[in-house]
Amino acid sequence: MVPLSYYLVLSGILFTCGVTGFLIKRNIITIFMSIELMLNGVNLSFVAFAAQWHTLSGQVFVFFVMVVAAAEAAVGLAIIIAVYRTCDTLNVDQINLLKL
Amino acid sequence: MTPNLHLWLIPLLPLIGAAINGLLGRRLSRQAVTGIALAFCGAAFAMALGVAIQFSALPLPYTEALAHWIRAGTFQADFAFYLDQLSLVMLLVVTGVGFLIHIYAVGYMWEEGGFYRFFSYLNLFMFFMLTLILASNYLLMFIGWEGVGLASYLLIGFWFTKDSAASAGKKAFVVNRIGDFGFLIALFLLIKHFGSLDFDQVFRLVQPLSPEIASAGLLTTVGLLLLVGACGKSAQIPLYVWLPDAMEGPTPVSALIHAATMVTAGVYMVARSHVIFERAPIALTAVAIIGTLTALFAATIGVCQTDIKKVLAYSTISQLGYMFMACGVAAFSAAIFHLMTHAFFKGLLFLAAGSVIHAVGGEQDMRRMGGLRHRIPWTFWTMTAATFAIAGFPPFAGFFSKDAILFKAFTSPHGSWVYWAIGVFTAFLTSFYMFRLWFLTFFGEYRGAESAGHDGHLLSGAPVSHGHGAIHESPKVMLVPLVILAVLSVCGGWVGSERFDRFLAPVFHRLEFKLVAAPAFLDGPHAVMPPTPEPNTEGPSETAFTLISVSAAALGLLLAWLLYLRRPQLPQEIAHALGGFYQAVLNKYYIDELYAVLFVRPLVDGSTKILWHGIDQGVIDATVDHGADAARKVSDSVRHMQSGNLRSYAGWVALGAGAVIGYMIWIGAR
Repeated sequence: MVPLSYYLVLSGILFTCGVTGFLIKRNIITIFMSIELMLNGVNLSFVAFAAQWHTLSGQVFVFFVMVVAAAEAAVGLAIIIAVYRTCDTLNVDQINLLKL
Repeated sequence: MTPNLHLWLIPLLPLIGAAINGLLGRRLSRQAVTGIALAFCGAAFAMALGVAIQFSALPLPYTEALAHWIRAGTFQADFAFYLDQLSLVMLLVVTGVGFLIHIYAVGYMWEEGGFYRFFSYLNLFMFFMLTLILASNYLLMFIGWEGVGLASYLLIGFWFTKDSAASAGKKAFVVNRIGDFGFLIALFLLIKHFGSLDFDQVFRLVQPLSPEIASAGLLTTVGLLLLVGACGKSAQIPLYVWLPDAMEGPTPVSALIHAATMVTAGVYMVARSHVIFERAPIALTAVAIIGTLTALFAATIGVCQTDIKKVLAYSTISQLGYMFMACGVAAFSAAIFHLMTHAFFKGLLFLAAGSVIHAVGGEQDMRRMGGLRHRIPWTFWTMTAATFAIAGFPPFAGFFSKDAILFKAFTSPHGSWVYWAIGVFTAFLTSFYMFRLWFLTFFGEYRGAESAGHDGHLLSGAPVSHGHGAIHESPKVMLVPLVILAVLSVCGGWVGSERFDRFLAPVFHRLEFKLVAAPAFLDGPHAVMPPTPEPNTEGPSETAFTLISVSAAALGLLLAWLLYLRRPQLPQEIAHALGGFYQAVLNKYYIDELYAVLFVRPLVDGSTKILWHGIDQGVIDATVDHGADAARKVSDSVRHMQSGNLRSYAGWVALGAGAVIGYMIWIGAR
């Protein structure tokens, strides 16, 4: 059986990739995908623990996270399309309509 | 059943007058303002007369409680008025002389701007003065006490555009505050130890204390502090400096407030507190010494003054000194007697001086007057009456009261020949400087510029508006009060100090009475003379005293005649011969300069250097400034985090999370 620590390290790597992508990328779609990556990194650690301890609550959490992520993807993509129509760009540094 | 006297109306009426004139006077005509001021002041006088008529039928002392004021625990102070023989005398003097001066002021101030303002203040003064007199407890008295100070301040600074008048008002107010401070502390001590400020209650508690026990501290302290208060209000050494400067005010004000009534409030207060003073021999002696010194000191300054009003101002201080001397030898009725006659003749002197100043067009320097007796005969004759009265010639009013004081100063158990000798010498000086004034003003040749006319009014701050330039007698409205006061100055003393003493006996001897007298005396307080200690009969008789004081006055008259009429060049020579001493007296012994060096300068410098530059700027401002500076510097460096760049925020969050995780790993690894 694969030990728990492997899962956790993979989960940490995934989360760190997500954070790094979120911080350094300018394209809003990439940022969005980085967020998904972070969520799934966390999901992985949830299911890993659930399998390790033989409890279901971790898996239930994951379902919730997936539901929220799906909703977020729907709303987020809609917003991104609206933003693109308004600003003709997906570069977040240029989407600064609310700044003084 | 006691009849209701409605005493509360007496102070209230002038207040209504003050309110009407003060609020609406700007829109009223001069006639209307005059009518209101005189009506309300006259009504107060009429009520005082009414009280005096019913007086013999009243059970005295009569107290009229108006409303509760302060009730805190066992302490209470009410709005209540108190009438006994002492307050009645004061009441009649204040309303009577006050009313006459109101009439006079109509003529004197007619041409002035701010006519309504003047009468509003004058009525306000009457309100506070009557409150002071009629109060039945020290706290209410203190309200009147402060109020007359306020009215005095407002009226001294009546011509407030003139710098000297404004600062004279300020000086009077500040110096009075020093005295008031002493008065207040005395009141606090009374509350602490007797739990009351009501005259009756305090005196009832004080009365059983014998001088031996009482002088151990409390009553002496209270007495001395009350004396400090009285010194401020009544212009005694060392707080007299404000009164000469107060002459910057209009002359009716000098007559009413700074001669006849307000400045005697201190004497009234000491006389009212006689129960305390009689049981505090040290405080009583202090009163006598201060009074005697002031009488002499002010009289010597008066000799050298050339401003007609300044002479009268120093004369007032000196006469107040006499009253304090009388209080200090426990001859309170003599003090009040002198207070009354002094109100007549000094009020008259000021009014007549005002009439002279009016006649010569605002000139106040006596060296530029002279020979006025034929030009302003009414003023001359009334002033003559007052001059003879203050100098103490029989049968004028001042003779009786001054004689009573000097006699008591020698024979009273608290008295001493020293007081008497200084008193007689002061009487000589008084006579001298008053006749000096009289001769310089009314005799000899006119020394002023004939055409000066009324230009001088500008100097006194008053606008020029009469078109005549020649020396002229004052209008009738000013002469009538002069004549009435002249009659009072002549006849006011005929009541005699004996009868006056007997009249006031229920006030001043009531408590001792129960203490020392046999019960038989208690049956008829009006019928029986109080058991005043009989003067020792070995000493010179009263006639001898009278002769000595009258001859002192006559000597003063002679000397003044010799120096200022017969040989007018002689005063110059004497002044040269005296040299430095003359200069010192001429400059009022440099007391103002001394106070400036001792108190004013250190206060101003200390406030500027220590309190302002040191504490305010160095500590308080610096704390705030440096605190703000530090906050700004810290935020300057920290605000770069708040760049508005979303991803940098996310970076900070990630960094924080990393730090937390690192910490936890480090904890786990340990």
